[in-house]
Amino acid sequence: MSNEQETRGGVLNRVVRWLIVAAVLVPFVPLVIWSFGFRWYFPDLWPTVWSGRAWLSLAAAQTRVGLALWNSLWVATAVTLLSLLIGIPAGRALGLHRFRGKAVVEILILAPTIVPTLAVAMGIHIAFIRLGLADTPLGVVLVHLVPVTPYMILIMSSVFGNYDVAYEFQAQTLGARPWQVWRYITLPAIFPGMVVGSLFAFLISWSQYLLTLLIGGGRVLTLPVLLFSIATSGDNALTAALALVFIAPAILFLLLTSRYLTGRNLVLNT
Amino acid sequence: MSRPRPYLLLAPALAVVIVLFGGGLLLAVGQSLGLWPIIGPSQLSTAAYRTMLADAAVWRSLALTVWVGVMSTAVSTTLALICALALRRPLRGQRWVNFLFQLNIPIPHLVGAIAMLLLFSQSGLLARLAYAGGLIHEPSEFPALVYDRYGIGIMLEYVWKTTCFTGVILLANLQALGADYEAAAQTLGAGRWQRLRYVTLPLLRPALLSSSILVFAFTFGAFEVPFLLGQRANSVLPVLAYRRYVDDDLNTRPEAMALSVLISVVSLALIWGYRRTINNEQ
Repeated sequence: MSNEQETRGGVLNRVVRWLIVAAVLVPFVPLVIWSFGFRWYFPDLWPTVWSGRAWLSLAAAQTRVGLALWNSLWVATAVTLLSLLIGIPAGRALGLHRFRGKAVVEILILAPTIVPTLAVAMGIHIAFIRLGLADTPLGVVLVHLVPVTPYMILIMSSVFGNYDVAYEFQAQTLGARPWQVWRYITLPAIFPGMVVGSLFAFLISWSQYLLTLLIGGGRVLTLPVLLFSIATSGDNALTAALALVFIAPAILFLLLTSRYLTGRNLVLNT
Repeated sequence: MSRPRPYLLLAPALAVVIVLFGGGLLLAVGQSLGLWPIIGPSQLSTAAYRTMLADAAVWRSLALTVWVGVMSTAVSTTLALICALALRRPLRGQRWVNFLFQLNIPIPHLVGAIAMLLLFSQSGLLARLAYAGGLIHEPSEFPALVYDRYGIGIMLEYVWKTTCFTGVILLANLQALGADYEAAAQTLGAGRWQRLRYVTLPLLRPALLSSSILVFAFTFGAFEVPFLLGQRANSVLPVLAYRRYVDDDLNTRPEAMALSVLISVVSLALIWGYRRTINNEQ
């Protein structure tokens, strides 16, 4: 009896698996089709005229995709580098040291991951206006640090949690200078963690919409800001093509992390 | 090593958290209380909060926000549980299914929302299928699933994204727990449902509770999905706060700040509840 029960469970199991795959993938289907659809009116299930127009017009100057792509790339890169500079020492402090007030510091650092950024952005806007940072790329980079740094610190502190500081002492005893200790001992040990942290940081900054909109005031055009305005303009083909460009780093990120970390998979441990 | 070292290492991080995050929050609270206005004198008052609480639009918006959050959380957590149980035992093609299961986690919500628009709008793919199946004859006969009163489009996007998020957490928990407890229950004669009801679910309780709180807290403060898929007449609290903030009438700014402070306070309360849940369950 138990055997029959298990078989039935097995079939159910397989059905659910296929449903999961379908449910995850289905929303991408209209994105891909639309990006190549030229004429696709209701109630056609399939575009009547196909074309690469949307993809070609991404390169056209008047869609401003090039500008938005460039802004997104360098804002996210700057945010990533700054968050590494902030996150590596902080991660070291939290991963290797015990000190008074550590629990409070940990809560403080976690807070921006949960409290919505809306109040922070609206509140700080006035200070940024007075300081001349509003509507500037620098202001956008600074405000992106709020959602990004906590993740970098969390990742780096877990990296340093598994780090054996004795190797540093050994190198020092053997006469290594501080920069040599960093270059030949610390850096190689934490490098994989830095890569993962950087991917996270880049992607979080890359995806920011509201913070860029408020602090950039529409003057700092990044991909999500442009994508939103095109999505509300009604050009489905261009919207779909740009959305696919926008998610390319995310897909790349997933492929990289699933290979880089364990050779297979980070979370699922398969 | 000397004593102050960890504090020195933490200084840049704390500068970001305290100056940018804390400073931003403080400025929002201050402006909600009438300080540092764009125009007019700076005067401490609770007027913005009183206006907010007396405003029927705010209460409607709060109701919609809670409704969307509770429904999305309940549906996505249930689906995540089913997914995690199904993905638990390795089968052929497991790696692919697992990969796909995580595929939408790094996808920005904005793209998810656009996909929902192309799928579920009245001229979307689903409406075309309904036409092909003879269920409807023109777009307007298709039920309004986006830009609708009940926030269905918003919920669909949240469920699509957060089911995978919660599912991955539950799956990791299931794998950490192993099958020993259930095997023991089976030896003692427990059937499938009994094992699920009395063994697996109680073991997953902490993970279910904490991930539900995280998902709800996220939906409570999220902006771009309802901004794109919501109705203009009644929007969720973050969108309402944003609209009041960018209003040409600068006098609505303190109220926008009060709304955003309200959202933050609710989120903080949820985090407090989350930490308590974690501590109690451990």
